Amino acid sequence: MEDRKRRGHPMKYNWNWGVFWEASPEGTGTYGELLIAGLGWTIVTALCAWILALAIGTTVGVMRTLPSKWANILAACWVELFRNIPILVQLFVWFYVVPELLPKAWGTAIKQMPNAAFVTAVVGLGFATSARVAEQVRAGIQSLPAGQAMAASALGLTLPQAYRHVLLPRAFRVVLPPLTSEFLNLIKNTSVGLTIGLLELTARARSMQEYSAQVFEAFTAATLLYLLLNVVVVSAVRALERRVAIPGQVGT
Amino acid sequence: MPMIEIKDVSKAYGAFQVLRHCTTSVDKGEVVVVCGPSGSGKSTLIKTVNGLEPFQTGNIIVDGVSLADKATDLPKLRARVGMVFQNFELFPHLSIVDNLCLAQQKVLGRDRPAAEAKAHALLARVGLPEQADKFPGQLSGGQQQRVAIARALAMDPIAMLFDEPTSALDPEMVSEVLDVMVALAKEGMTMMVVTHEMGFARKVADRVIFMDKGEIVEDAKKADFFGNTRNPRAQAFLSKILQH
Amino acid sequence: MGGFDFDVIQRSLPYLFYEGMAFTLQLTLIATLGGVALGTVLALMRLSGQGALAGFANAYTTLFRSLPLVLVIFWCYFLLPYIGAWLTGADRPIKVGAFNSTVITFTLFEAAFFAEIMRAGIQSIPRGQAAAGYALGLTYSQVMGRIVLPQAFRNMLPVLLTQTIVLFQDTSLVYVISLTDFLGAASKIAQRDGRLVEMYVFAALVYFVISFALSQLVRTLQARFAVKR
Repeated sequence: MEDRKRRGHPMKYNWNWGVFWEASPEGTGTYGELLIAGLGWTIVTALCAWILALAIGTTVGVMRTLPSKWANILAACWVELFRNIPILVQLFVWFYVVPELLPKAWGTAIKQMPNAAFVTAVVGLGFATSARVAEQVRAGIQSLPAGQAMAASALGLTLPQAYRHVLLPRAFRVVLPPLTSEFLNLIKNTSVGLTIGLLELTARARSMQEYSAQVFEAFTAATLLYLLLNVVVVSAVRALERRVAIPGQVGT
Repeated sequence: MPMIEIKDVSKAYGAFQVLRHCTTSVDKGEVVVVCGPSGSGKSTLIKTVNGLEPFQTGNIIVDGVSLADKATDLPKLRARVGMVFQNFELFPHLSIVDNLCLAQQKVLGRDRPAAEAKAHALLARVGLPEQADKFPGQLSGGQQQRVAIARALAMDPIAMLFDEPTSALDPEMVSEVLDVMVALAKEGMTMMVVTHEMGFARKVADRVIFMDKGEIVEDAKKADFFGNTRNPRAQAFLSKILQH
Repeated sequence: MGGFDFDVIQRSLPYLFYEGMAFTLQLTLIATLGGVALGTVLALMRLSGQGALAGFANAYTTLFRSLPLVLVIFWCYFLLPYIGAWLTGADRPIKVGAFNSTVITFTLFEAAFFAEIMRAGIQSIPRGQAAAGYALGLTYSQVMGRIVLPQAFRNMLPVLLTQTIVLFQDTSLVYVISLTDFLGAASKIAQRDGRLVEMYVFAALVYFVISFALSQLVRTLQARFAVKR
C-alpha cells in the first residue's frame, strides 16, 4: 500500500518514523529490535576481534623490536601481508578459500558451523587489525628512551621480564590514542562482515530497507547508532586514560 | 684476586674504534674514577663491565665470572653489579617503592614484605624516607638519582658502576648525590665511577683512570694523578677542568 | 574441487583487468583527486576561524570518519537519485549511474580523511610563512595558493599517497552494490565457474602486489624527502 502511494508521487518520499515499532517480517520482533540486535552483533564481533588483534598484534609488535633478525623479518612479513590486502578480500579468503585448503573433515566442520559468518569475521578482522596494532606497539616501544631497557637489564631483569614490567606498560600508555582509533576502525570494519552473511548493524539496516522500503529511516537509525557507539568508546577511553595516567608526567 | 678485571678489551662500531686494548682492574673495596673528554669511550668501557655493551676482543672478569664466555648468564651477573645512569632511568610508571622492589622480587625472588622493608631502609639511607609512594616524575633530579642509587643497592651488589651520575643534574643538586656516593665509598663499597667531579675523586678515589680516543692513557694512584701527571693529554684535560 | 586451476585465471585475465581493474583504478584516481580537492577546501574551512564554516567542516569530517564506508555506499546509492532530482527539478528520482554514484560516494567519504591530512599539513607550515606573504601585500588566496598549500602538499605527499593506497583497497567494497570492479569481476567468474579458491587467491595476490609496491614507493619517497628537508 505504502509502495503504491510512492509510485503515484515519485518525488514524495513517504517518511514513516513509526516503522521502528512495526513488526518485521522475520517474525522476531519489531524493526527497532532488529536494528538493536544488529548493533549487538557489531559490538560482540568487534570486541572478540579486538582481543585477537591485541594478542597477536602485541606479539608481532614486540617481535619487531627484538634483537633477532629472524623475529624481525617474520613480524615484518606478517604486517605487510595483512596490511596490503583489502579487508573484504581477506574475509573472502577466510570464508571461501581456507576451508578448502584444510583437511576435508575440518573444512566440512567449519562450513557446517552454525555461526560460520561470525567466527570468520572475528578471525578475519582480528588478523587484519593485528597488523595495525603491531605497528602501533612497535612505535610505542621504540618511542621509549633506550636507557629504560638498559636500566632494566642492569638490574638483572631478563628480556621477557623487561618487556613485561617496564617496556610494555609504558608503551601501551603511549599508544592508547592510536589504538583507540584502530578500535574505532575495527568497529566500522565489522560492517564488511555483511558480505559473508554477518547480521551486524549495517546488514540489519539493509534488510529493513528491503522489507519495509523505509530506506532513509533505516539508514538514519544505523547512522545514529554508529555515532553513539563512537561517543561511548571515546569517553570510555578517556576514563581509562585518566585511570592509567602516571602521576608527575605531563601529556602521556 | 681483583673484583673487576678488564683485559685488553677492544670494541668497534664498523670502522670507528670505540675502545682500544683497554686493560685495568678494580680491587675489592677500591674506588676508581674514570675521566676523560666526551667521546673518549669511558661510558662505553663502564657499560662493558656488566655486559650492557658487548666487546669484540679481550675479556672482562667480574668476581671470577668471564663476560667473554657465551655461556655466562648475563642477567644473573647484572643482578650482582649495581649500575647508576646519567639520566637516572627510573621507571616512570612505577612508584618509588615499586621501582626498588621490582627487581628484588622478580630477579632475587624476595617476597613483597622483605623487598619493601629493604626499600624503606635504603630510602632512609639516601635521605628520602618520605617519598616511597610518590612517582619519579614528582621528584627533583637529585632526588631521582638518589632513588636510582637506592634501587641499585637494593640488589645487595658486590660492586657499583656509576655512569656520569651528576652530569644531567642542575648544579645545586650535584652535592646531595655526591654525598651519598662518598658515604658509600667510605663504607667500603667497590666502585667504578665515570665522572668529571674531581672534588669527588680527590676525596674518596683510590685510583684515577684517564681515557682519550678509546685508550686508557693514564692509570695512577690518586696522589700521583693529581700530583705529577706525566701524560700531556691528561694534563691538558686536568687544567681545563680545574680552571673552574 | 580438484587441483588448483590456473587455466580459469588465464582465461579470465582480459575481463579481470580490462573491465575490473580498469574500473578500480579509474575510481581510485578520480576519487583521490576529488577527495584531495574537497578535503583541502574542508581543511581551509576548518582553519578559517569562522564559526559556521569551521563548524560545518568539523561536523562533516567527524560524521564521515565515524561511519562505515559500506553504510555510506548504501546511503549514497539510495539518496543520490533523490538529490539529483531535487537539483535538476525532475519530478522523479533520476538515474545517476553506477560509476558516477560510486565516484561521488568515494569523493565525499575520502575527502573527510584527506581533510585531516591537509589540516595537519597546513598547520605544519610555520606561521611566519603566511605572515611574510601578507607582509609582501599578497591576498589570502595568494598566500594559501602560492605559499602555504604548495609546502603543505609537499610535506604531506607521503601521507596523501598512503591514504590513496587505503582508498585503492577500499574500492573493493563496491562489491556490496554489485559493481564490476576488480574484486567484483573476480567474484563473478568465481561464481560462474565454481572456482572460488583460484579467483579469490588470485585477487588477494594482485591487491597485495599493487599495494605493497605502492607502499614501498612511498617509503622511498619519504626517505628522499627526509634528507632534503
